[in-house]
Parts: sequence; C-alpha cells; structure tokens
Amino acid sequence: MAKIVVDGTEVDVPAEYTLLQACEAAGVEIPRFCFHERLSIAGNCRMCLVEVKGGPPKPTASCAMAVKDLRPGPNGEPPVVLTKSPMVKKAREGVMEFLLINHPLDCPICDQGGECDLQDQAMAYGADTSRFAENKRAVEDKYIGPLVRTSMNRCIQCTRCVRFSTEVAGVPDLGAIGRGEDMEITTYLEHAMRSEMQGNVADLCPVGALTHKPYQFHARPWELIKTESVDVMDAVGSNIRIDTRGREVMRILPRNNDVVNEEWISDKSRYVWDGLKVQRLDRPYVRKDGRLVAASWSEAFAAIAAKVKAAPATKLGAIVGDLASVEEVFALKTLIGKLGSANIDCRQDGAALDPALGRATYVFNPTIAGIDEADAILLVGTDPRHEASVLNARIRKRWRQGGLKLGLIGTKVDLTYPYEYLGAGPDSLSDLAGTGAFGEVLRKAQRPLIIVGQGALARPDGAAVLALAARVAVACGAVKDGWNGFAVLHTAAARVGALDVGAVPGVGGLDVAAMTAPGGLDVAFLLGADEVEIAPGAFVVYLGTHGDAGAHRADVILPGAAYPEKSGLYVNTEGRVQFANRAAFPPGEAREDWAILRALSDVLGQTLPFDNVLALRAQLVAAYPHLGHIDEAVAADPAALATLAQAGGTVDKAAFALPIDDFFLTNPIARASAVMAECSALRLAATAQAAE
Amino acid sequence: MSVRRLAAEQPESFDFTPELEAVAQKLIAKYPEGRQASAVVPLLWETQKAAGGWLPEPAIRAVAERLGMANIRVLEVATFYTMFNLEPVGKYFVQLCGTTPCMLRGAEAIRHVCERKIGHERHVSADGTFSWLEVECLGACTNAPMVQINDDYYEDLTPENFEKLLDDLAAGRPVKVGPQNTRQGSEPEGGARVLIDPALYAFKSNVPGFADAPATETPDLLAAGLPRAAAESPVDPTAALSAAQEKAADGADTREKREAVAAEATKPSGAGE
Ligand code: SF4
Ligand code: FES
Ligand code: FES
Repeated sequence: MAKIVVDGTEVDVPAEYTLLQACEAAGVEIPRFCFHERLSIAGNCRMCLVEVKGGPPKPTASCAMAVKDLRPGPNGEPPVVLTKSPMVKKAREGVMEFLLINHPLDCPICDQGGECDLQDQAMAYGADTSRFAENKRAVEDKYIGPLVRTSMNRCIQCTRCVRFSTEVAGVPDLGAIGRGEDMEITTYLEHAMRSEMQGNVADLCPVGALTHKPYQFHARPWELIKTESVDVMDAVGSNIRIDTRGREVMRILPRNNDVVNEEWISDKSRYVWDGLKVQRLDRPYVRKDGRLVAASWSEAFAAIAAKVKAAPATKLGAIVGDLASVEEVFALKTLIGKLGSANIDCRQDGAALDPALGRATYVFNPTIAGIDEADAILLVGTDPRHEASVLNARIRKRWRQGGLKLGLIGTKVDLTYPYEYLGAGPDSLSDLAGTGAFGEVLRKAQRPLIIVGQGALARPDGAAVLALAARVAVACGAVKDGWNGFAVLHTAAARVGALDVGAVPGVGGLDVAAMTAPGGLDVAFLLGADEVEIAPGAFVVYLGTHGDAGAHRADVILPGAAYPEKSGLYVNTEGRVQFANRAAFPPGEAREDWAILRALSDVLGQTLPFDNVLALRAQLVAAYPHLGHIDEAVAADPAALATLAQAGGTVDKAAFALPIDDFFLTNPIARASAVMAECSALRLAATAQAAE
Repeated sequence: MSVRRLAAEQPESFDFTPELEAVAQKLIAKYPEGRQASAVVPLLWETQKAAGGWLPEPAIRAVAERLGMANIRVLEVATFYTMFNLEPVGKYFVQLCGTTPCMLRGAEAIRHVCERKIGHERHVSADGTFSWLEVECLGACTNAPMVQINDDYYEDLTPENFEKLLDDLAAGRPVKVGPQNTRQGSEPEGGARVLIDPALYAFKSNVPGFADAPATETPDLLAAGLPRAAAESPVDPTAALSAAQEKAADGADTREKREAVAAEATKPSGAGE
C-alpha cells in the first residue's frame, strides 16, 4: 500500500494502482476516453491529465502512471496529485479543443447523442468555443460487418475497439491503419468482424464512431425505459438491460456483473430483439381439418380439455423448452403431476443429466468467476466460444494472465486461445484417468477445472460419460475442500432451473425420446420446446411465442410471453438464481405462460393453487429454498460427485459432437430475427470461402 | 503525409522465394521463440525489395502468415511507415525532399523536372523506369535540394544536373552519388571561409607557468575544409562507395559491407591486437 494525497485528501491505495484509480479511490472523477478497466492501457487520448508533485513537472496522463512511480517529498511526504489546479483545467480544455478540431460535431444526427462520453466531457471540461477555422479531417466510413455501423469522422482514435477485439474477444479483426491525423480504424480489407462479441465495441466506443447497426436511427436514449433483466440466449445468464419505448423493445445492452458476464454480452444476446417482433403468436389457434385457425382462449382450452379427458394419464406428457423461466416449469410440472402423469422432461437434447444424482452433477460448480483461479482446464465435448461466448472470454482472460494449461477433448474448434488437443471421444477421457499426460497436468494443478459440455452428454452413453468425467475430476483432485472443479456447461437458459425443480420423468415416466417416439403420447404439452419433433399421432399443445417448429406441429397453439415480456427466475449454468424483470408486454392476446397454465388447469379441473405470480413464486421457494437466494450461486454438495464417480457404465467410441451447429440460430427468437439470419448467412459464406 | 491506401490493382498472389524465405529465417532467428512477430518491419522491408520495391496486398498477407500475425496487424505496420510503398514504383524510385530547407534552395524546380520528365507524382513512367514521390526531410538539408533514388542520395541539385542525372540513369550510364557539384560531403562549397585563423586552434594556457602549445593542425588541411577526425580516422565510413557502385564492383551485399566498414572504424584501438 502507498499513501498519496489527492486534492488534499490522503488515501492509502495499492502501490501498483494507477493515479486514475487512486483518484477514484479518493472519490475524485477523472475524465477519460481511452482508459478502460478491462482493457490494456493505451494512454493516447490525454483526457486524464492531472498535475503531480513527485513526478514530471508537466501534466501527466493519470491512467498510465502508477502510484509507485511517484517520488515522495523531501521529508518523505506522500506524493500529491492535483485534479482541480489551473494547470489541469487548462490541460483538459486544451485536450478537448484538440479532440474537437477533427470531430464533426454532428450530434443531432448521431446515434450516440445523449449517451456520448465526448458530449458529456466537452460539457464538463471543455472550453466553450474552438479557435480552429480550417477544414476538418474527413475519413471514409468502413464496412466492418452487419452489426456495427461506422461513422469514422467521429473517431477520436482511442483504440478501445482495437484493444477489445484483440484482447478480450481474441479475434484480432480491427486495427488502426495509417498514423497521426490519418489514422483510421478498419478491418483487413473491410471484411466483416468475425467475433461473436463484436457488438461490445460499439458500447466501448466513447463517441458515435461505432454504433449498433440494427438500432441505427431508431430511438434516443432519453425516450427509453430501461429495465434490468437476464439474458436467455445461452446458459450464462448474462445481465442485460432491456430498453423499451412504448410496447416495443428497442435494444438490449449488457449490465455489469463481475461474477457473471463482466460487462460483455454476445451478439446473439444483444441483437436478437428484432426477432421479438416478427413471427409472433399473438392469439390462440386450433387445428381444424388440418389447418390452424384462429380461436378464442376458451375454444382452445375446450379443445385441449376434450383430448386430455379422453387420454389415459400415462399418455399425457410435457416437454420443457430452453427459454422457460423456473416459475412456468414449476407450474407445468405441478399441473402434469395433478393430471396423474410422471411424463415430463426438460432435456430436449436428451442430455444425461439427472437431478437425482445431486445438484453438483449438473451445475458449473466452480462458478464462472472461479475460472479466474483455475490453473488447468480440461474441456470435454464443448465449444464454449459458441455455447457460452462470454464464458469463453473469461477463459481467454485467464489464459492471457499466463500459467494456464488447457486441453480439449471433442471437436477441434477455434476457441481464440491455444489448447492441447487430446482426442475426439470418450477414449481420450478414459486415458486421462489413467496414463494420459494431460492427466498428470490436471493432477499437478492446484485448481483443475473440468468443463463438460452437452456434446459429451447428449448421447446414448451420456450417463457413462458424465460418470467418467466425474471420475477424472475426483482422481485429479478437482473436488476438494474449497474447490470444486467439476463444471457442466449448459446451452439452455431454462435447463438448470428446470432440473432444480425436478422437471424430469418421475417413477415410470417417459423421457424426451420416449415421448417423441411414435405412440409415446396421446397429448403432448410443449412449453416452448421447438428442438424436438413429436411423432405423428399425438395431439400437441404448443405454448410458446414464435411460429417455429413447435407451432407448426401443434394442434392447439397457446400464445405465451417471450423473456422480456414476463418476470421470472432463471438459473444459469452455475446454479446462480437471477431475476428477470418484465420490460414489455406480450403482443395481442398472448399472456404470461404461468397464467395460461393456471387458466388451463381450471378448465382441466385440476386448478393450480396460486392466483398470482407472487403466490406461485412463494410456493416455488417454499418447495426449493435455494431458489430464494437471488443472485447467489448456492454451492452444491460435492459429495454427489464422489458417488457419481463410482458409477460405472460403458462408454462408446464415437467422437463427441458439437451441440450447436449454428450459433446464431439456436432458439425460436433467434430464428425469427433477420439480423441473426444475416449473421448466420455471412458466417456460412465465410466458412465456405475458407474451405475453398 | 496523406492517407495511404493499398493500390487498386494487385497481383493475384505472392509467394516467398527461397531467397526471401532464407532471409526470413535469418531475421526470425534474431528473436526469442514465439516472438517472431518482432521481425515484421525488417521482413516487410525485405519483402518489398523482393516484390519490386513495393508491397502488394498478397505480400502483406504472406508476411502475416509467415510470422503468425493477424493480417490487420501487418497492414497497420505497412501503412504506418512511409518507407513501405503500397503502390508500384519505377525501377528508379525518386523521393524528392520538399521540406523547408530544400524548398528554399529550389526543390520546387526539381519537382518541375520530375513532373516533366517522369510524369505525375506516384505514377510509374510508361517504360517503368521512374516514379517519384515528394517526401519530408531526408536529413541532408546542408546539401539541399536533394533526392533519394533507391538507396542513394543525390544532393546539391540544380534542374540541369538533375535532368542529366535522370537521363544518365535511364541510359544506364554511371552516375555520381552524393553532391552533384564539387563538394565531397557537407563541407562549404569552395573551401572554408570562416574559422580559418590558425590562432583559433592554438592552445592558450591561462595557468601561469604552462607554455602555450602551437596549433596542431596544418592550416591547409583546415583550409580544405576537412574536419579534424577525417585526417585521423583510418577509414571514413561516409566515404564508402555508393551501393550501386559497390555491388557492381564485387557483387557483395552493400549493406553488410557498410556495416563491416563501420564496425572496423569504430573498433576500439588495441582490441584484438
Ligand atoms: S472507433 Fe470508437 S472505440 Fe474505436 S478508436 Fe475510434 S473512437 Fe475509439
Ligand atoms: S485516459 Fe489516460 S490517456 Fe486516455
Ligand atoms: S529539408 Fe530536404 S533534406 Fe532536410
């Protein structure tokens, strides 16, 4: 720790703090453009100039000078930083005047207007006029992909975007060509950026040079209502802010949460919102003479009731989709139970996860923040870059710090960091338990982390693979006091929550495979389940939001609410319970899913015992107390893993497949989105070109 | 300097020749394992030489691939340094200094010669012999105005001698590098006219009892304008022959030879003897 005096206040800060951080610790705000906590220091905008005593006798860039670089005074007095002195005021005005020399000042037509660092800081620290009467620099706008729009006259060359794509995203597409006044941000020959996290560069850009293309000219920040919510595009549970105007979702932005997504979100999470507006199911439909025709709620319910009454309880079943909140799953499970059936399953992909084995066997035990502490990581049957982009960025961040050993078993993919390729299938995993060299690495590691993806579990021998992975984890000491390095990486936002409430077949119940098989069910309820196909013969009730696979197969469609349109709990892959607020309303006659299930239960004569969402939630928490710990990832009992490790089972030879074939099209909302379709087409074209 | 862009017309591909590959290996070997990207500037330079004096886009990609860098990283370097030409250049690439000292001494007239004899700036003459570019100060202001043609400086130009120089180059006649007038280096033309009083160089002691030493240098040496060091130093690196001449003489790599000469000159006396 070192002492430093900031504007007369003495603070004690770690010696390696930068002056900027020390000033913040002292409660003094320093304007900045290029500095960003999560990026390397560039020191090129000079907005953060301060005056120091104990350092150079000129204004000093506070973001690039450490507290320990300053000398104490002659009698050992702590160094002094002044942020309000005339020198600093003049320096800031000067820097601001220089920055604005080449800035177009086109705020009235700029999407960043109202939330622009340059606007704010010019107001706060700039002079009122410019003395520059010459022509301004003009820079050609660049094409850098379908997601980020450029307006390069506005660029102040802070290089945040370049540092983000190189350091955090790990896809070094952006660069600064030329130099001095002629420096320009571009991609190589203006190809589209290839990262799944490229939208973040527009957030990082302190001016309006990079803005969100799908949102361009749509709204002004002051018109928007901002609602804090949780993303459901993957199982990370990234914290998001949903901005709405009227009934419409206008955009989605990340919220900072250091233990989950830091401040990044993937492009799918960010730009999927246009999919919320198209292909929506906005009224009930009933299939008559082979065609779906619009119906009223009561007609739809009557049609369902007739079929349910006629079917034996063992021939009723429900499949939970990937975007459902815990409340709905709980309501559905209760209803199916009341109807006397044990047929419910939330594992659309058939992953061999079973809550009966214990919670530790299906969550990401070490937590996402725990990745920062791991010193050896084994990836099994997973491509985290596409299954959980933000989590992959976390692994990359850990890798950049050095001293991390990485191995992968499964399909060879580009993860943005190097790893040792250990093999394609379960055999390679068995090797690790025995003689494999990487097994030695894991055993030597202090905090080994084994990430098991759905590609390893969603297969006939999934249970045996899970047990084998647990055996490897236990054998290499990944499960010990203070560290549980066994991690299951999910791809579906609803999955952990649904497993938590036991949405799996009860005694004698049918699983997904059995329910979808011909003759499996007479009446099937699909709660937003679009990734399965029910064999002909069954009467299908689809409760969901989009006209996707499930709706096409359905005999009755009940229009539900998409994730921004309902409040609910989501449990992410770590088992962290997070609360999503409602930001908008479902379209037309669509209703929140739990309310539909409640109304339906009435018609079926099995009324669910709650009349509002609070009562439902109270019952849910009473039944599963850990769901009451909002924002916490309650640690699961690691004993379950020891037991699982004992379980045998024979593994197959087949290589692990990837659970996701198109990152941009993994769920009904994304499939409805034109932006996602464009990204997907672009990626396909790029892959085809690369293959040539 | 203005915005620098890749040329509109680009060759289909660029392959490292075995010679270039050998150079690349030598350059990369200078850096620790995994730090091969450090060789990007010299490798681009060698690649430029191999590609005919400029860097085609496929060559930039080839360098990126050779060094395991992202394409954009190499493009950044190539566009940053003006020594990398992004467009084709003539066999003789004239870089005309247009900065203040040269301008005051008539760079404008030299520019007109370029325009007349070669054509527009940044255009290769029809026969591919010449192209020219106005650049900033090349550090030879005492011999202003000047141009750099390929690896050599041609100084103290006048429109007449410059025109002749271009003609000679085009015709393949030998040319003199350096000053095009009577000067050898940057000494005053026609000999020294100031500071020639030998008394100035006499050691005058102001300590009583110490005798004054006479001037040690001969006035005629001073009069010739040669600095003291030139008379003493065994080899004068600045007097080395031009690259072209040396190459013609024995075919050795000029730069290596210059380095060797310079090393010889700076070797501390007594070392190795
Ligand atoms: S585009 Fe934006 S983030 Fe990138 S250098 Fe310019 S101002 Fe900075
Ligand atoms: S924030 Fe310090 S120089 Fe940009
Ligand atoms: S001004 Fe021409 S060489 Fe310096």
